[in-house]
Amino acid sequence: MLTLDQYHSLGAALRDALDRFANETCLIESDRERERTRLTYSDFKELALPLARAFEDEDFAPGDRAAVIMTNQSKWLISAYAIFHCGGVLVPLDYKLSASEQLQLLAHSKSKFLIIEYYLWRALRQAPEFKNHKLQKVLLTEAPLGAELGQATRWEEFRRKGDPLFVARKREDVACIVYSSGTGGRPKGCVLTHENYLEQCKALTAWYPFWPGVRYLSILPTNHAIDFMVGFIGPFVCGACVVHLRTLRPEFVRDAFVRYRITYMSLVPMVLKNLERGLKAKFDELPRAKRFLLDRMIALNRFFTRWRPDVRLSRMLLPQVHKAFGGELRALFTGGAFMEPSTLQFFYDLGIPVANGYGLTEAGTALTLNDFKPFRADTVGKPLPGVELRVLNPDADGIGEVAAHSKTVMSHYLDDPQLTAETIVDAWLLTGDLGRFDLTGHLQLFGRKKNMIVTQGGKNIYPEDIENTFDGLPMKEYCVVAANYIWPAKALGDENLILVLHLEPGHEITDILTHDIESRNRRLPDYKRVNGYVVWEKDFPRTASMKIKRADLAQEISRTLGRAAVVELYPAQVKQEV
Amino acid sequence: MKTSDQTLNEILTLAATHFKVPREELTPDDDFFKTLKIDSLQALDLLTRLEHHFNIELPDYELQGVSDFRTLASRIQARL
Repeated sequence: MLTLDQYHSLGAALRDALDRFANETCLIESDRERERTRLTYSDFKELALPLARAFEDEDFAPGDRAAVIMTNQSKWLISAYAIFHCGGVLVPLDYKLSASEQLQLLAHSKSKFLIIEYYLWRALRQAPEFKNHKLQKVLLTEAPLGAELGQATRWEEFRRKGDPLFVARKREDVACIVYSSGTGGRPKGCVLTHENYLEQCKALTAWYPFWPGVRYLSILPTNHAIDFMVGFIGPFVCGACVVHLRTLRPEFVRDAFVRYRITYMSLVPMVLKNLERGLKAKFDELPRAKRFLLDRMIALNRFFTRWRPDVRLSRMLLPQVHKAFGGELRALFTGGAFMEPSTLQFFYDLGIPVANGYGLTEAGTALTLNDFKPFRADTVGKPLPGVELRVLNPDADGIGEVAAHSKTVMSHYLDDPQLTAETIVDAWLLTGDLGRFDLTGHLQLFGRKKNMIVTQGGKNIYPEDIENTFDGLPMKEYCVVAANYIWPAKALGDENLILVLHLEPGHEITDILTHDIESRNRRLPDYKRVNGYVVWEKDFPRTASMKIKRADLAQEISRTLGRAAVVELYPAQVKQEV
Repeated sequence: MKTSDQTLNEILTLAATHFKVPREELTPDDDFFKTLKIDSLQALDLLTRLEHHFNIELPDYELQGVSDFRTLASRIQARL
């Protein structure tokens, strides 16, 4: 791999990688069983440089911002490199957000260019806020022949001859603006520097190295901090290959493991649970004798790998399981949301270690990761090299807020000095997560101090972001809070949002009101919906500017009411994320 | 060529059979994630079965933001 200490920017490191590994395959893109694209690093360069030159010719200046809204594909990474080559700032936006949310973040980030898939662009144009956009250039990928493009240009035709100038950047210059949340009124744009990324990449590859021949299956959205690092920057600076799938149907993901002999993959707990369910169902179908043998082999594997993984041995003991995963899988990565230890242990016992980690966008990608020396399913691992963690104000059980000091911590929140000052104090990032270290230096998480939830799909949901969905409810006042913010659970998982309702005097909850709440709730994506409500009979504590003092309100409620006071809207609700 | 109502009816029948829910409990405007108690991966699985049934190919993005049978039927009808 490249020696990252010698580089000042992502652009410079990637530029060298394109030359150093010229003949290695860097990208494979597959749509179902059809392989659409296979590029070497040299091919990648040939596609990216004419694009960078076209950017340059269209007055895209160093420091200018360009947003990308695309599903995972080669054009995402080619566009990102072109932006870095020109010294630009990349704004990766979530393609799963609504068009209105995307337009809000495009405006907040002051993006000058936008690179977007045609079908997402169609939706964007239909949003009422579209007419206010200030984009200077829009590039559309895969627009059908004869499609109405308006002022936009086809990505495939946006290229110019001639070498583009490579713009050098300093380590402290901004590389990306990544939105951790905040589409409902206070966007949280994490400003991440080239140093943040180079240091994060160095730390992660020290524990989990890539090399030419390694194949990383990229199914988490590339705009997400994890995939951007381990599905782009990490593999590229090591000459490895990234495999993109244009469909996330489970059958094609399973097929890709075998077809491309995948080495690593990152996934969210929901996908890992789905894999676990599938495997267990297959095991249950085995004839009794075969099942007995399988269980003995799993027990043997567990015994022999109790101190550290042994991939070769596991593949010998459980050949059919490993064959189903392509035979080359070394580890899966997960993080960002709560993962049940039993699921992690299930895969570890099969010889498929799941490196469970912990991080937040504000800290680059990851702060801690399991190093498997030995495997600890009940923790989120140890701090990565270069990361210092502290537990602030620990209680009698040693549990307190986790604070981080690292070169991977963001510079600031875009245009929000107040929030930055509240979040980064004396160079320590206050994570808002509660944890403690065990005697071996592994971090255990116990819940959140902050008013938010993280879904099984790894999405951060802040109550303030969805509150306006309930504007106009016939009552004195209301607000949305995370249930665990009122009643700390000292555990992760099963995180829910609830409505706190303060009715007008003499009013009570009626079927009409419940129906109104449910109908508004349905307008939200399912993973953002509130699960229930609690009735509160006092005025909400407010600041001089009439903002709700949420921490004070949560404390008052927890002193007066128990969690049993919550009336569920959807008993046994199944959360989905599309 | 199937009519929209036929397409919708076949989707409801197929979903009911696959997820073992009484057909009469499903209505066109139901949120299928809730009615069928499925997550997004299971919804993709349903999409695959619908593709086989109607002999069409539906990109994943056709399901984005869709949560009721009627809209799903209209997306399928457009590709028949």
